[in-house]
Amino acid sequence: MTNTNEAVRYMFYFVARRTFFAVVLLFVVSVFTFWIFSALPADPAALTCGKNCRPEVIEANRVRLGYDKPFIEQYGSYMKGIFAGRTYGEDESGIHCSAPSLGYSYDRHECVSSLVAKTLPVTVSIAVGAFVLWMFFGIALGTLAALRRGKWPDHLATVFSVVGISFPSFFLGLLSVLIFVIWTKILPFPHYVGISENPMKWFTALILPWFVLALLSASTYIRLTRNGILEVMNEEFVRLGIAKGLPRKKLIVKYVLRAALTPIATIAGIDLAFLLGGAIVTESVFNLPGLGKLTIAAVVNSDLPILVATTLVSAVFIVIANAFVDIMYGFLDPRVRSK
Amino acid sequence: MTQPLLSVRDLHVNFGTGEGDVQAVRGVSFDIGRGETLAIVGESGSGKSVTASAIMRLNFGADVRVSGSALFEGQDILAMSEDEVRLKRGSDIAMIFQDPLTALNPFYTVGNQIAEAYAIHHPGTPKKEMRDLVLDSISKVGIPEPLKRINQYPHEFSGGMRQRIVIAMALINRPKLLIADEPTTALDVTVQAQILELISAMQEEHGSAVLLITHDLGVVAEVTKRVLVMYAGRLVEVASVEDVFSSPTHPYTRGLLNSVRSLDSERHSHLEPIPGTPPSLIDLPSGCPFHSRCQYAASLNGRCSTEVPELKAVGNSFTACHLPTAELSSLVRAAQ
Repeated sequence: MTNTNEAVRYMFYFVARRTFFAVVLLFVVSVFTFWIFSALPADPAALTCGKNCRPEVIEANRVRLGYDKPFIEQYGSYMKGIFAGRTYGEDESGIHCSAPSLGYSYDRHECVSSLVAKTLPVTVSIAVGAFVLWMFFGIALGTLAALRRGKWPDHLATVFSVVGISFPSFFLGLLSVLIFVIWTKILPFPHYVGISENPMKWFTALILPWFVLALLSASTYIRLTRNGILEVMNEEFVRLGIAKGLPRKKLIVKYVLRAALTPIATIAGIDLAFLLGGAIVTESVFNLPGLGKLTIAAVVNSDLPILVATTLVSAVFIVIANAFVDIMYGFLDPRVRSK
Repeated sequence: MTQPLLSVRDLHVNFGTGEGDVQAVRGVSFDIGRGETLAIVGESGSGKSVTASAIMRLNFGADVRVSGSALFEGQDILAMSEDEVRLKRGSDIAMIFQDPLTALNPFYTVGNQIAEAYAIHHPGTPKKEMRDLVLDSISKVGIPEPLKRINQYPHEFSGGMRQRIVIAMALINRPKLLIADEPTTALDVTVQAQILELISAMQEEHGSAVLLITHDLGVVAEVTKRVLVMYAGRLVEVASVEDVFSSPTHPYTRGLLNSVRSLDSERHSHLEPIPGTPPSLIDLPSGCPFHSRCQYAASLNGRCSTEVPELKAVGNSFTACHLPTAELSSLVRAAQ
């Protein structure tokens, strides 16, 4: 049918346009991030060695790491490094960071990309697990609260959200460790192990951080879902659905949830992206070696190359999530598609 | 006399609010025969829409109390279980809503939504047959290119077109009663006439009875034979459409007509608004709800503010006014 062909072409155009804008945005973000860190008063070359460093060593490191070049050139070689890898220094003692190279940490004597590669899976594990939990509980409890408005499930959901919103994650984190690890000894102290190494240990290490993070966000999603549903219930098209004689179950799923959850999907995508940039507090409380902990350590040690890289990585997640959410929204809501 | 299609008796609808009970409908009774068209007119807050919703049991919310009866083919809708009512909705009694821009589900194609209206009450209809039915219904309400249109979403249609779709949806099950709640209020004036014509044409074809809810006297003149005038939750006048326009009996109806300009009114004549505002439905005045705005109330020695008038026959109409019948008739003659 011509109509579906047209729709497919439209969708393709829509996706292509969003992707193009995402790439442009990524470029702008990378220039800006890189510029901010090079504009800082801290001299990255002077930070490469300790307090009583000889000026010759500083200058040698400056040349070796490329900090002597103008900004544009520094940015250019950084970008080139991401796609082609980069070698610091020219002689045999030169350090090679293979693509995608995100710089070299003089503090840790390691390529930043390999540091990110080590910490990212931890953060992804935390973020995705927590995301699944909070979406499930947030939407389930929010729906229940809206459908049983003013009855006990609604009150329970309110209590749950207030607790979740008012307790800071470090407090909940420590409290959960105290209860489950120290008092009842149900769980071992979280010690991260890769999922491929030992899935069981991976799971037991992450279950507390998942719940702590999920509780925080679930409270927001309970309220979003509940209010969204109650708002949609007052819509005229829901009244028409009832007037048509739709059975309640079908009305709730096809009319109410569809309309109430679509905007929530947008927020969820962005929230997940934020979390993928590193759950700083939770990772610190549970001592999980993720991106967040890497960032905090870099802040403490003035490790600029790591900060540039983690900022860029989080920005990339957010830009991608934004584009993805926009495209998803086009699929979910026909009104967006044709605009 | 044969049994009317719908017989509403002593309908009351109250909404509990923080400030007190809103008495939206207070003892309304009327009948609709098969294939008949009946209009309820009144200003906002007169209870006309609430009456319409009550017949389909669409009034809900935290604290709604409905009493009285609404016999549809002898069965009391107000006493039915939720499941029984659900089976009546959309099949025997269908509804057209005021705002077609918000009445359609934005997430599904119009074809899907029309088909759904049929499928709810005819489960297991083959796809091919369903498609033909939808195409047929959509072209009947005057939408061009139905093949292309059924795959489009509501936002791709104009307001008038959307109202046509809502009508197609309401009529696909050949309802015995069609409730049209302000079906033209949200539309352009030029489109209004088309939609009214469509409703009349469809009614003739299907033999449905129509309950038209409106505040627009022009709309009433165009499509109905009998008119109920509502004020502050009560019926104040029941008359044929000719009588309402040519010889309105109730002071409120007369005031309503004087506040509308017609083509043959004097060029420099003034519109006469009804003085005052409608009473609060939470804190209703005693006696006749219209007495504080009525120019004749003073002549009746306070009877209007103490005693609620019942409908009584005046000529061919019924009117709820304490003025003696003879006096009402002479007022009518004087106005002509």
